[in-house]
Amino acid sequence: MDFVSQLTLFVLAIFLGVELITKVPPTLHTPLMSGTNAISGIILVGALLAAGRAGDSLLVSVLGFIAVALAAINVVGGFMVTNRMLAMFKRK
Amino acid sequence: MQIAQHWIDIAYLAAAVLFVLGIKGLAKPKTAVRGNQMAALGMGAAVVVTLLHHSILSYQILIAGLLVGGVIGAVIALKVQMTSMPQLIALLNGFGGGASVAVASAEYFLGISGAVGVISTGVAVLIGTLTLTGSLVAFAKLQELISGQSIGFPGMKFLNLILLLGALAAIGYLVVEPGNDLLFWGIVGAAALLGLTLVLPIGGADMPVVIALLNSYSGLAVSAAGFVMDNNALIITGSLVGASGLILTQIMCKAMNRSLANVLFGSMAEGGTEIDADEIYRGKVKSSSPDEVAMILETAQRVVIVPGFGLAMAQAQHAVRDLANAIEARGGEVEYAIHPVAGRMPGHMNVLLAEAEVPYDKLKDMDTINPTFEQTDVAIVIGANDVTNPMAREDKGSPIYGMPILNVDKARTVVVVKRSLSPGFAGLPNPLFAMDNTLMLFGDGKQAIIDIATALKEG
Repeated sequence: MDFVSQLTLFVLAIFLGVELITKVPPTLHTPLMSGTNAISGIILVGALLAAGRAGDSLLVSVLGFIAVALAAINVVGGFMVTNRMLAMFKRK
Repeated sequence: MQIAQHWIDIAYLAAAVLFVLGIKGLAKPKTAVRGNQMAALGMGAAVVVTLLHHSILSYQILIAGLLVGGVIGAVIALKVQMTSMPQLIALLNGFGGGASVAVASAEYFLGISGAVGVISTGVAVLIGTLTLTGSLVAFAKLQELISGQSIGFPGMKFLNLILLLGALAAIGYLVVEPGNDLLFWGIVGAAALLGLTLVLPIGGADMPVVIALLNSYSGLAVSAAGFVMDNNALIITGSLVGASGLILTQIMCKAMNRSLANVLFGSMAEGGTEIDADEIYRGKVKSSSPDEVAMILETAQRVVIVPGFGLAMAQAQHAVRDLANAIEARGGEVEYAIHPVAGRMPGHMNVLLAEAEVPYDKLKDMDTINPTFEQTDVAIVIGANDVTNPMAREDKGSPIYGMPILNVDKARTVVVVKRSLSPGFAGLPNPLFAMDNTLMLFGDGKQAIIDIATALKEG
């Protein structure tokens, strides 16, 4: 995809983000932050693609491993801790 | 098994839609758990289809990384204390930034082409690295591994400017001379240093702003990596996170009545005249006892509890809930007034009270609760100081003038539970403590609340 299409996507997604986030009440701002930590773990997709192509390059293998591990911490840790917090907000 | 690229792209689109629906779910506590599960489902789908991508040659590194990261993430999520949530978010912001740099660097060494590719890589490395080191500093400050005070030296701002311009120049030069690894490592080094020098001078009271801002950066780094890899899932998700962090940053700045530039580069404005705390407090502060407070609460129809981070430090959340139950058992109404900067990050106080099983519909934000203080019989302030200081409303010469505060002084009786008359983060005396309708209850927050509750139950 060309750069201008990428940029279009980027800008529109920011506007969408602003619309979505302004509707989140202050009570849930902490889970919102841990939740966005979790979804920014989507970098895991990029990490897998990069690490999977490392081949014989030791440097790329190391970078790939670090990327996958850090992103996996964000994904697993982010979703689990968000779930833990949100469960406390459930009406009893 | 391998699948065609367009199916992978469609799965990414589905993941992005699920993320959007997930954040939408966070608009109400009732739908929030479901929203989080939808987002997790989207992530699962994106990861599974990626593993089927034809370009992946070997799986050893992937599996090792997923296992190591997954286990660490799960352990952290299960063990972390709710009071330590700001540290965890700071750490996760940093890991997000670190992962983005590692991905962009791996792509760089695998070979990138074209000016757009080089610039995107440079930007991803710049933002990602400074998010990583900046977040580690924020983590160290919050965890009290290093001093929470502002750490800096003269000329630091100038150094920051040099580092930023240097990094940008190196990115520009890398376009002209792709493959010059020295330039690449130069960008990494400058960005790493910039992260340190940007966050070190920021004091503990401003950490909520910094965490929110780094949250935004971690998203933008993901987006930049998406430009590098031509991956829509990364671009869309990164900008959603970037927008989220920016809005939270703005909310925090507004709650402290400061501009972002002032938080990042300035220090708190100095007051025009030195304010003498003795002059405000002398002869006017009334000290009270748990029994006296319990007696007032016996007849109170409406009580508002104003918690600050001091409450969490004293681990008094459960004691406060007990007291609220005792008041409600006598027919009184209890609500909680939550200032946006009451905890150490956006929404932190709400989580701490929710953990103590305070129903969330009793947690009221500042704009909702402020008009009700005039009909409130007793306001109980626990571990909060600056956010109740009437000087912010009345004293034009005060450094905190204009900061939105909780108007607790309008309540018929104000009870302030505090160890001493010492000032809060702003370093200012609080005239609230000397008002006619204020009773000071000196002592440990948790013990004081337990004593009031005991006296109330016996009375």
